[in-house]
Amino acid sequence: MSFVKALSCKECEAEYAIEPRTVCDFDFAPVEVTYDYDAMRGRVTRDSIESGPPSLWRYRQLLPIESEPTIGLHSGWTPMIKADSLARELGMRDLYIKDDSANYPTYSYKDRVVSVALMKAKELGFDTVGCASTGNLAHSVSAHAAAAGLRSFVMIPHDLEEGKIVGSLVFGPRMVKIKGNYDDVNRLCSEIADKYNWAIVNVNLRPFYTEGAKTHGFEIAEQLGWQLPQHTVVPVAGGTILPKVYKAYQEFITLGLVDDNSPKIHAAQAAGCNPIVTAIEEEMELFRPQKPDTIAKSIAIGNPADGFYVIGVVRKTGGWGASAEDGEILDAVKLLARTEGIFTEPAGGTTLACAIKLIESGRIPRDESLCICITGNGLKTIEAMAGQFVETPTINAKLVEFDELVKQIDKTNVPPASQPIST
Amino acid sequence: MPDTVTVRIPTALRPQVDNHESLDLAGGTVKEVLGSLTSQFPELGKRLFKADNELNRFINVYVNDEDIRFLDNLDTVVKSGDELSIVPAIAGG
Repeated sequence: MSFVKALSCKECEAEYAIEPRTVCDFDFAPVEVTYDYDAMRGRVTRDSIESGPPSLWRYRQLLPIESEPTIGLHSGWTPMIKADSLARELGMRDLYIKDDSANYPTYSYKDRVVSVALMKAKELGFDTVGCASTGNLAHSVSAHAAAAGLRSFVMIPHDLEEGKIVGSLVFGPRMVKIKGNYDDVNRLCSEIADKYNWAIVNVNLRPFYTEGAKTHGFEIAEQLGWQLPQHTVVPVAGGTILPKVYKAYQEFITLGLVDDNSPKIHAAQAAGCNPIVTAIEEEMELFRPQKPDTIAKSIAIGNPADGFYVIGVVRKTGGWGASAEDGEILDAVKLLARTEGIFTEPAGGTTLACAIKLIESGRIPRDESLCICITGNGLKTIEAMAGQFVETPTINAKLVEFDELVKQIDKTNVPPASQPIST
Repeated sequence: MPDTVTVRIPTALRPQVDNHESLDLAGGTVKEVLGSLTSQFPELGKRLFKADNELNRFINVYVNDEDIRFLDNLDTVVKSGDELSIVPAIAGG
């Protein structure tokens, strides 16, 4: 049993049964799962959550699942890191990294949404699942489907990084490369979902899929000792996670699990694909789609389906937006690695680079608490780091050559990240 | 004989157009083609357009695979043999 009430249109509030559904029949707006919060009160408590498993399923009562979870049993519950070294570097007092680069099993926040979507696919009786993906979602769908014994089809843009392709193929999905960018893939997938009776997680299972993104926000609150950070910086691609982090915070506030400290939520995008941040900065009601051109391919979505809601949440909470150039993105990837020992993909570099801009512009005051959402792992996109490091020296296996090298390194002004322990 | 354009209809809209997957419609611009569509199926018009005749923001319209927002929006010129697709916006990443 769950506390789910229905699927409800986010615009006209038309209600639908719990079924595969892409959008509202009347106005094509997204539909969202609604819950009976009154029935939850007193039953969904800090204690009930804390006694759950160390995975995203500890929030099961706040997810649209009816049966005992069998998929994603180890997904979620990723590290929440008090990032003191990075905080010192940025002059911040209270800085946290929510680190989904360590998510299981495919090292991105997508393991959350896919766990929930595939559980729902199973409950609804589908045998084939699929997705349109910039890479991370394809990995997660492929891995979870393999483990669950479901057939999978993943559709990706043709020019993804090699790591992003191998990282799916190894799990044995049927992969199709589409000539075009993510938005072209997405459009094709919505037509495929129309024609075939498959569970395309981000199309006809979208209302359930997106609910999984709330668990990122739930964990931030619980791991912070049942309180909310005053500021959260979230990357924006299709626009799923940012409004769902907000929904997670609001659900915890509604249930009395955390105090309402009016948390502000800020949007981060790459400068080469920043339709939402542009709309926020220029105070436009609607965004204009863009043709992406950025090193941060996992967030290169020029026509974000939930972009409208991202703008709404950012405005409603008093947040703001920032965008980062490719060089700034790579610098931020290296900064996070050298201060906190976390290797994120360019999307994570984007989020940190944008957080830094928001700090420097005063949008995020240095004495207020901040959580930066890191959503993907750098080992998948090593090509992006090409040319970023000094050449690694090669020597013969002789101590005398090593001694000579150490002397040379001591003389050279190399960046701390690649500096060995000095004598 | 005016130019006719093939309009592909998404599943969610088909109940409003007698379950056609596509329709051949006349018009020299996107606005005119969609006008032909909604004059045949007035109920559909209410869903495609807001009161001020702006396209519903959850609908994307493509001419030969290009989003009309990268062309001339509703004023985009179309000719015989062009294909116009109506696709609801969807999420992902």
